[in-house]
Amino acid sequence: MIHVKQLKKLYGEKQVLAIDALEIPSGQSFGLVGNNGAGKTTLFSALLDLIRLNQGTITNQEMDVSSSETWKQFTTAFLDETFLIGYLTPEEYFYFIGDLRGVSHSDVDAFVGQFEDFFHGEVLKQKKYLRDLSKGNQKKVGIVGALIGSPSVIVLDEPFANLDPSTQIRLKELLREWSQQKGVTLLISSHDLQHVTEVCERIVVLDKGEVVKDIKTQTQTLKDLEAFFTQKSQEG
Amino acid sequence: MLAQFLSLQWKSFTRSASFSTHLSIKILIGFLLLYFAATFAFLGALAYHIIQDELARDPLETVNQFMIYGCFYWVVMRYFIQKTPVFNITPLLVHPISKNKIVHFAMGKTLSSGFNWLGLFFMIPFAIVLVVEGYHWVGVLSWFVGIMAFVMSTNYFNLLINNNQKAGAIALSVLALLGGLHYVYIFDITVCSGPVFQALYQYPIAALVPIALWVFLYKAAFADYKKEMYIDGGLALQQADAKTQEFTWLNRFGKTAVFLKNDLRLILRNKRSKSTALMSFLFLFYGLFFFTGSVEMYNSPMWSIFAGIFISGGFLFSFGQFVPSWDSAYYPLLMTQNTSYREYLNSKWLLIVVATLISWLLSTPYIYFGWDVFFLILAATVYNVGVNSYLVLWGGAYIKMPIDLTSNKKAFGDKQAFNIKTLLLTIPKLVLPVLIYFLGSQHSEQLGIALVALTGVMGLAFKNHVFSIIERIYVAQKHKTLWAYKQK
Repeated sequence: MIHVKQLKKLYGEKQVLAIDALEIPSGQSFGLVGNNGAGKTTLFSALLDLIRLNQGTITNQEMDVSSSETWKQFTTAFLDETFLIGYLTPEEYFYFIGDLRGVSHSDVDAFVGQFEDFFHGEVLKQKKYLRDLSKGNQKKVGIVGALIGSPSVIVLDEPFANLDPSTQIRLKELLREWSQQKGVTLLISSHDLQHVTEVCERIVVLDKGEVVKDIKTQTQTLKDLEAFFTQKSQEG
Repeated sequence: MLAQFLSLQWKSFTRSASFSTHLSIKILIGFLLLYFAATFAFLGALAYHIIQDELARDPLETVNQFMIYGCFYWVVMRYFIQKTPVFNITPLLVHPISKNKIVHFAMGKTLSSGFNWLGLFFMIPFAIVLVVEGYHWVGVLSWFVGIMAFVMSTNYFNLLINNNQKAGAIALSVLALLGGLHYVYIFDITVCSGPVFQALYQYPIAALVPIALWVFLYKAAFADYKKEMYIDGGLALQQADAKTQEFTWLNRFGKTAVFLKNDLRLILRNKRSKSTALMSFLFLFYGLFFFTGSVEMYNSPMWSIFAGIFISGGFLFSFGQFVPSWDSAYYPLLMTQNTSYREYLNSKWLLIVVATLISWLLSTPYIYFGWDVFFLILAATVYNVGVNSYLVLWGGAYIKMPIDLTSNKKAFGDKQAFNIKTLLLTIPKLVLPVLIYFLGSQHSEQLGIALVALTGVMGLAFKNHVFSIIERIYVAQKHKTLWAYKQK
């Protein structure tokens, strides 16, 4: 269970995030949508204690993320390329994450092996450092890295961006499977309304840092969201 | 068009991260440049009389004799330090600007490099003195023009060999061979080259030769660069074949090993950290200034302890002071992993300590200067391990400067690395051991050395306590550091 209370984040005078209350129950697949600057990445960064809040708290399984560090044991994230170590090969990167999360190298090998088709033969044993991989392949490494060590909370910022169509479809299946079978809390953000409605059981729309919609995904959700953002674009 | 190029260049200069730093540091660097210029000018003005009075030789001939080594030096320095003109070319390629213009500009830009102009500060006063002393002004002028053309030629020669690694390796080995042959008295190139430079004075028309060389090298480099104006050609970033390195022998260090392995890969696989680590070995030779008695001012035991700190502390100072900035590119990853600062810091500490001990081993030949020197360096090493290793980690918490691991530039070091807190922390690093030594040496030199070593041993004993303090500082600085690393 993730619990956001009275949260406020300002950059100078400008308010970038203001959420009174938001609860994400354990096991939920949670989608965050919103235009650029709506505060999606800021919310995820705050949840991971990467930025300091001006006001309010975020608790992850009853623990305040800014004072306790225990949440790190069951939470993983891939927000952007700053979660990758450019001078490592993909294998070394996975081992590094495994070492930190108490997964042996052979278990990492077995785990990563499942993603052979997801990687499409372009990631493992390529004699390339992460910094030399394409943006899409870097993203794949980051996402798989965030799945190592049976985390119960997974945070992915725009996992679909930069991926080719086949991989996007494969990733959708993967995330659905993952959130259902293992009973993990999955938090993703996306600009792709269709993908996010297909993967997430609940969708929250952020606008200028505030929650403007909180929907349980149904068949008409995609249409609702499209209507909302069409209206936004007309407002200018 | 040129105005637009220039304005782009100006913006890239003034908006670069390293420029937007404190005014006082800009002034400091300004003074430093001024100092170098003044030193050169001074040397240029005095060289004539020094050579005439002390060596009793013809000043111009003597300068010409060694001019070839000046050129060698220019080529080598440029090869290793001067940047090739990359100047964000890719976005311009698709605009209606001819490729010739882009290349001409990029190559012309290299003229602004300090390497081309520093020589002038020596040449101009020297030439003036020559004319004043009765050398014919036409000859002096043609000599001056010719030499400057040579200097410019090295500029474009450098562009050529920089573009072609094989050519670079060949050129550098030829230079090394010539230097070596001279050194062992087999073949003295200055005997042949001296008259060539002298001819510039005797036959003013000869100045056309270096000018022709300059034009030729420019054309050659131009053709070379124009050919490379493709994003899969010269503009592509070079990729090395990656190999997986396990370092399983480090596993005995437990969780610290996880970070230690990464640190080794960090040093081995990134230009920036590799050159820093290699540079730190140069510190080993620092002691030669002190123990050979070549610099009179340094001939006191107080200065020797200072030297000792640097001899074994090369890696500690050059690499250690930028912890945790080395990990700036992926600091958010580390901050969300299931690990503590303690393990992270411990790995960095271990790395610094091992490097310090290796430096000490390599420094043992200093025994040549006597056992007291040996013990002095040993004491300084213990101090480095026991005190300075903490202090650099501590200071690093305040530096907060993102490091671009893949680039290798920044001639004057990283300007943001200067700040009041890090400056204050250098006091215990360098001044305190000298002070401790001074206090002890009032009794005897041996006691001074022993006290310095003892301080180091005491530092080691309090390791856990000190680490707790440093850890608290790192935790307190976490969000500020994360924010700073985002500002590239």
